[in-house]
Amino acid sequence: MIWDPYYECMELEQRRELQLRRLREMVARLAVNVPWYQARFAQIDFHPEDLKSLEDLASLPFVSKVELRDNYPLELLACPASEVVRIHSSSGTTGRPIIAGYTAEDINTWAETIARTICCGGGTRHDILQVAYGYGLFTGGLGLHYGGERLGCMVIPMSAGNTARQLMMMRDLGTTILACTPSYALTLADALEEEGVSVEELKLRSGLFGAEPWSEGSRQAVESMLRLSAHDIYGLTEIIGPGVAGECEAKNGLHVFDDHFYPEIIDPDTGQVLPEGQRGELVFTSLTKRAFPLLRFRTRDISALHYEPCSCGRTHARMDRITGRTDDMLIIRGVNVFPSQIEEVLTAVEGVMPHYQLVVTREGRMDQLEVRVEVSADIFSDTVRGLEQVQAQIEEELHKVLGLHAKVSLVEPKSIERSIGKAKRIIDQREAG
Amino acid sequence: MAVQNKLTKQVSVFLENKSGRLLDVCQTIGQARINIRALCIADTSDFGILRLIVDEPDRALATLQQQGFSVGETSVLAVQVPDQPGGLSGVLENLRQHEINVEYMYAFVTPVQGRAVVVFRGGDDQLEPVVEALDAAGVVVMPAQDVYKI
Repeated sequence: MIWDPYYECMELEQRRELQLRRLREMVARLAVNVPWYQARFAQIDFHPEDLKSLEDLASLPFVSKVELRDNYPLELLACPASEVVRIHSSSGTTGRPIIAGYTAEDINTWAETIARTICCGGGTRHDILQVAYGYGLFTGGLGLHYGGERLGCMVIPMSAGNTARQLMMMRDLGTTILACTPSYALTLADALEEEGVSVEELKLRSGLFGAEPWSEGSRQAVESMLRLSAHDIYGLTEIIGPGVAGECEAKNGLHVFDDHFYPEIIDPDTGQVLPEGQRGELVFTSLTKRAFPLLRFRTRDISALHYEPCSCGRTHARMDRITGRTDDMLIIRGVNVFPSQIEEVLTAVEGVMPHYQLVVTREGRMDQLEVRVEVSADIFSDTVRGLEQVQAQIEEELHKVLGLHAKVSLVEPKSIERSIGKAKRIIDQREAG
Repeated sequence: MAVQNKLTKQVSVFLENKSGRLLDVCQTIGQARINIRALCIADTSDFGILRLIVDEPDRALATLQQQGFSVGETSVLAVQVPDQPGGLSGVLENLRQHEINVEYMYAFVTPVQGRAVVVFRGGDDQLEPVVEALDAAGVVVMPAQDVYKI
């Protein structure tokens, strides 16, 4: 089912006209309402009426997390503070968080784009939606909640954590759609046996997993363990939260709801816009946001865009699954390493995605990469030789894929910290500078 | 006696080289009232494998699994060896003659009928021919049920 066929299946030309009209209104509004944008436009001698086509957007400067932090908490509001009805905040790991405001209209737009996302994942108003994203300042919980209610699902606002209770509710209420981070979905699947819940007792059929990068290997693991169809969903607090893009049943990239969020892919080093299909940094421009619109926000997420309409009938641009972040990218001895590459290797060697962690250290002037892998029953052997073979095989495959030597350490099951929110996959112990 | 009955179940556990891990395993099976009869540890600089002969191998396996340890079950042979100089070499000589390779071995502390008991695994994971070879040479391979009661 397509939630909003008028906008979601619009002819491409018609959508581009809509995007341009909305973009021009947005830029004009920012030039009047936000002193920071006023100053910025003056600096580069830009006037809103100069914006004649969508391509002209490329002449405008980017906004990054740095500018957002400098304008903490609400300097970039594009509406009177009295119109703001909600605040969310990004999970800033360093320094000040980023505060995003929402007007009533923004909350409405958000519920609409999440309703689209749930429909993309096969949802209807007859579904029972268990929201196991955190509720609160994090956008995941309340975002899915409002979208689920908009669609008419029975929404179970579990929030994240309390795994035993999650599984009890899932079984007793007959949850059909699970929404959480992919790492928490794996945690829930792992806990089934311990909590005495059999997967046969569950009625799950679809999963909406996002808020962190994950691989095809994780998808297969979650799908087989929880017996559902796993869909990747994408969003970020700075733009609105989840509901920016979602995978349909075709699973041929994520549909970007580009009548609200205009996507570009740029070369992260030069800032040049890249053509269709090329991998680079994803950039979003708000087209309809009232309280906290951003022009050309650099997400640091690595993806690619495709414009050919999907077999499902939706005509939105499609983005590739996020393969990493420009800031998650580890540079080890000059080699770019993405955690997703390591996941692919581990999945290939073990058949399933094990829990793992990357530890980067510096010995003298040499970077060292250690990959800690939990020993599952599948790879356990009672001889040292057997285990060393597994170790050597992973090291060899990693060397082929990454082009550098990584030390593989086998660790005990459950010794790598399990996440409720985002997985801590990387420990970088190199001193800065 | 059927060869199958002479395959003793050994429980093996994956251990990281961290202090307290061995204690955790021992506490887990101790609290389940399972008695360790013989053990050995194989270790590298990174990890170790604890191999155990216990009185109730199936329950030990389930208990450890439940506690989240990576465990495995392997068949091994418990062989009676004359408790005198040259006793073990006599047994090993039989194996060499049959070109059977010993993967690992360790001994029980408690003697049985005045003989030492040695646990070993070998023969490239094919234990049945090993049992037959030893039986033919008059070496006593103990029935598993008797081993758990040592």
